[in-house]
Amino acid sequence: MIRFENVGLRYGMGPEILRDISLHIPERSFQFLSGPSGAGKTTLLRLLFMSLKPTRGLITIFGKDRSRISRGELPLLRRRIGVVFQDFRLLDHMTTYENVALPLRVRGREEANYRTDVTELLKWVGLGDRMHVLPPVLSGGEKQRAAIARALIEQPEILLADEPTGNVDPPLARRLLRLFIELNRLGTAVVIATHDLGLMEQVDARRMILAGGRLDVYD
Amino acid sequence: MTDIPVDHLQDEAAETTATVRRVQRKMAPIVPAQNIAGRALVLVIAIMTFLSCLTFGAVTLVRDTASVWENQISREATVQIKPVEGLDMEAALAQASQIAGEFPGVTGTKIVDRDATARLLEPWLGTGLNIDELPVPRLIVVTIDEANPPDFAAMRAAITPKLPSAALDDHRTWVDRLVAMAHTTVTIGFAVLALILSATVLTVVFATRGAMAGNGHIIEVLHFVGAEARFIAREFRWHFLVTGMKGAAAGGAAAIAVFIVFSWWSSRNMATPQADQATALFGNFAIGSTGYLGVGLMVLVIGALTAATSHATVVAYLSDIDIRQPEAG
Repeated sequence: MIRFENVGLRYGMGPEILRDISLHIPERSFQFLSGPSGAGKTTLLRLLFMSLKPTRGLITIFGKDRSRISRGELPLLRRRIGVVFQDFRLLDHMTTYENVALPLRVRGREEANYRTDVTELLKWVGLGDRMHVLPPVLSGGEKQRAAIARALIEQPEILLADEPTGNVDPPLARRLLRLFIELNRLGTAVVIATHDLGLMEQVDARRMILAGGRLDVYD
Repeated sequence: MTDIPVDHLQDEAAETTATVRRVQRKMAPIVPAQNIAGRALVLVIAIMTFLSCLTFGAVTLVRDTASVWENQISREATVQIKPVEGLDMEAALAQASQIAGEFPGVTGTKIVDRDATARLLEPWLGTGLNIDELPVPRLIVVTIDEANPPDFAAMRAAITPKLPSAALDDHRTWVDRLVAMAHTTVTIGFAVLALILSATVLTVVFATRGAMAGNGHIIEVLHFVGAEARFIAREFRWHFLVTGMKGAAAGGAAAIAVFIVFSWWSSRNMATPQADQATALFGNFAIGSTGYLGVGLMVLVIGALTAATSHATVVAYLSDIDIRQPEAG
């Protein structure tokens, strides 16, 4: 589904942040992306999400060469990728329900057509009773789940999650991990960027370790 | 997805129906309705529109008044007859009036009679003046058809041989000077208007960009959830068009109110010395249909300008969004 070949990235004339990254994310796969803080996990996720262009190497996403994807095509391809940001990026003036429904709303879908889907998804992530609450009054864990629900509402082919358990206690982290596993079981490829070793030990999944700008993959 | 057995999944039919009913309400707008920056933007736009409209109205007023001055003066010419030895003044006045009246383009002549002449001199020579004791020149007012003015040179040539002490004054020098002054005033007015409009454009652009700065995270989220650039731009454009129009309409309405109040004041105080003086200078303070049309146009232009600035800011933000440095992670 996504393939990197000798990908390198630098900002301006600075040193290379990522060096000779080669990886393949198959469909329906589950993997952790790990490494120390500042290793470039978020940058690698941004490359996967096409919000950055590599300075060298080849990236193929859904069979398309990244360097040939035009600006106009990006939104359509991004709809096939769900992203959970480290800082959630929920809009404070919208309720949980409206935040989760946002990806469908920006596609011009009528609310009547997706109302039930959003409601059920919010219940699935345990936010059934927090639907009409604005994000500032949600707890960290609730925000995290709202962000995950927003990433899932379009049933993406791949989910990229940046430190999804960084703001929650261990029991909730385990619940969120179960949620990701369920999602993967339903056919979505999952990439979880984390430096939480305890979380990774709970699942026997592929690990991609980023250190010094290089990536080692342990299947 | 919903058939997964998760511990907190509550799928009772009744509750689902109730929830669905609860969410059947108006969705929050994608761009939040108002924040402090948005309110400040409305205020700034209102003030700048008010000033622009006042300037525009004032320029319209000056331009109309200048053209009235110009026309009023050029509607008349004067024949002046100086008293000389052996001249029968009344006969000379009648003769000059007849000669002038026969010219095509002259709609009428009026001899300024002895009493009126005495009144004209009253401020300098006081009352009780016997006009016959002084060598006072007498005047004939020649009213002219503005559309078809008479040949003043021919008129002068016809009068002077018969009445050597008569002089025809077509007010050309005075009119030319007045016209030049009126044109200068109008030009200065337009220059001031241009400056005010430039200041308005720049203020609106910077205030809109300031208000937009607080919306960066919204653009970013919309972008990352797969919204197309034109969708994002449309949402912001519409929001800022409404904001701009609100401010501009308030400013324009305030300016119109000022003109209506002045107009009402001048008509209410008509025939008082102050009002007469003001009316002589500025007409009756009515800005006319051009003025109101200009105010309306300004409201539309300022609304469009606000929308266009927000559009340009969104486009610039989106083109910048993918090349910014990420946080380390």
